[in-house]
Amino acid sequence: MSDYVKMWEDLGMDLETHDQLCQVLPTAFGDVYLSQENRPEGMGFWDFVVSEIHGIRPSELIEAQKNGQKVFGTFCVYVPDEVVIAANGIVTGLCGGSQFWVPGGEKVLPKNTCPLIKASVGARLDRTCPFFRIADMYVGETTCDGKKKAYEILAEDVPVHVMDMPQMKRAEDYDKWAHEIELFAGVVEEQTGNKVTPEKLAEAIKIINNKRKALKRVYDARKADKLPISGKDALLMMQIAFFDDPVRCAEMCNKLADELDQRIADGVSVFPEGTKRILLTGTPLAIPNWKLHHIIETSGAAVVCEEMCTGTRYFENLVDETQTTLEGQYKALADRYMKNNCACFTPNEGRIDDIIRLAKEYKADGVIDVNLKFCSIYDTEGFFVERALKEAGIPVLGIETDYTDSDAEQLKTRIEAFIEMLG
Amino acid sequence: MHYIGIDIGSTSAKTAVLDENKNILEVFAQPTGWSSIDTAESIGKNLREKGFAPEECKVVSTGYGRVAVPFSDKTVTEITCHAKGASLIFGLEDLLVVDIGGQDTKVILIENGFVKDFVMNDKCSAGTGRFLEVMANTLAMRPDELCTLAKSGGNTSISSLCTVFAESEVISLIGRGEKKENIAFGVVDSIIKKVAIQANRLPAGSKQAVLTGGLCECDYICEALSRELKTEVITDKNARFAGAIGAALCGM
Ligand code: SF4
Ligand code: SF4
Repeated sequence: MSDYVKMWEDLGMDLETHDQLCQVLPTAFGDVYLSQENRPEGMGFWDFVVSEIHGIRPSELIEAQKNGQKVFGTFCVYVPDEVVIAANGIVTGLCGGSQFWVPGGEKVLPKNTCPLIKASVGARLDRTCPFFRIADMYVGETTCDGKKKAYEILAEDVPVHVMDMPQMKRAEDYDKWAHEIELFAGVVEEQTGNKVTPEKLAEAIKIINNKRKALKRVYDARKADKLPISGKDALLMMQIAFFDDPVRCAEMCNKLADELDQRIADGVSVFPEGTKRILLTGTPLAIPNWKLHHIIETSGAAVVCEEMCTGTRYFENLVDETQTTLEGQYKALADRYMKNNCACFTPNEGRIDDIIRLAKEYKADGVIDVNLKFCSIYDTEGFFVERALKEAGIPVLGIETDYTDSDAEQLKTRIEAFIEMLG
Repeated sequence: MHYIGIDIGSTSAKTAVLDENKNILEVFAQPTGWSSIDTAESIGKNLREKGFAPEECKVVSTGYGRVAVPFSDKTVTEITCHAKGASLIFGLEDLLVVDIGGQDTKVILIENGFVKDFVMNDKCSAGTGRFLEVMANTLAMRPDELCTLAKSGGNTSISSLCTVFAESEVISLIGRGEKKENIAFGVVDSIIKKVAIQANRLPAGSKQAVLTGGLCECDYICEALSRELKTEVITDKNARFAGAIGAALCGM
């Protein structure tokens, strides 16, 4: 990644500290990813992106900014990319998934904040991630308490627009979200200097729907009895989807899906027959958080699906493409986004139904409910998740963890024991 | 053919030898020490002296040091092993196993001889043998002495769940002149309450509860646990070898 030093310097990054990250990432990636056998060839694209993670896409974004485009950084799958794209803006995910950034966040946040928030704030304040430097504006949402307050801290350092998210799913909440999306469109118009027109928005809706369809194709391939791709590889594709250009993302995912379909036809699998199938559910796994997938897939099981924001919640449900007025389109967007089932909502029974449905669709032998430490909403909701799964006769293991490796051995024991329990 | 099970835990390593009819021929324990590899070597030597050469037997290892046994044929987690071992020891297919280990505490629900569900406390030393050990040290006693003494005490509670804070609580109780048996009672009570909270997460119904692991040799622990769980908890002289016995069974 050495040719990017000048760019990082111009971004005002802390090069010395950033260097440490650049040094450990390739080793971690090699251990977790490149050690796998018989990976789909299509993964070459994502391997390449990771090898240049802080260089290639950031330099594209900077080029775009030079041509007058604006970059919006987001932290939640409720924030509608379509609106930004309609105004010729660019969206990039900003969630931090590494312990590397956590101490930086702890300088200003309480210790008992979830690691995702700590890492995200740390990445910004410590100036060690180019994406956090590049974004012209951050888009927050009133989801969990930790994020809500963290946005106030970030707003002292970078422009932040916060969307007021409903906490329930009544008819008036859908209307409210449509209205919030409209307000957001106004903010985006002001930032970019471009109007959001029905034609532009219709086009953007198609672009993002296509990306969703492509991601879903790869996930659908994981329903096969003979798994053509590891959970780790699918997760990587998913994590990078938050950062990449949506059209290219769809193209690459479709290519990968073609290859996977061929593998299924040829009976090629990356796991031995009889490997236990695990559905993961819970809090998001932001890049480069590969910890659980790695433990599970080196303990004799395979991850077949993630009911997570870095998973099915990102691509399930499409936006209605038939609307021709902005009003209709905002409503269509709200309808689609409100179908996401995040623990921020009360009640959130839809998520339980999703988990049981996905466990069946992906033929999971067991479910692991994983929560980031100090995420009280998902942790509390775990009570219902685990009860419902037990009632449905699906074995479930609840796990709480953070970004450190200190609990890796204990987790391995628990997960191995769970897999043994599956028979 | 003989079947050897080796359970390398955090404080002690347990070994069991079974014949093909599941008769327990031999059990022995030794401290784990600093290196699991040295421990494994000394177990190998012990086995040979007793006439069970590992290379002629089927060897399964378990426990946190399970991968450190060079002569083992396979590794299985302590959850599965404890479940199998307890089933054999108590002759039951349906039971609730409470294992208070040196560093972690596990509760395992077994139905029809298979693990149905389990909970593990491995993040915190409260409610484990380690907690007891530290407190016994502070009181200048052996852990088993502390447990026995606890029976005659009462009316004292240790409120801190953190071992380090609990230790200073014990020290201030000593300073206040509180009777040793009362402090001992408070220590055991704290462990038992913590274990009971964990056990109550699993729906045991009318299943027999059994105690395994290092603390099972002390009658009072069983008594206190029975009181807290409101059901009779039984144990057995071989119960501390449940993991090793289960490991041997996994080789069959
Ligand atoms: S878990 Fe909830 S708050 Fe977090 S990204 Fe997903 S939808 Fe947003
Ligand atoms: S994991 Fe939980 S606490 Fe962390 S940002 Fe997401 S919702 Fe908030």
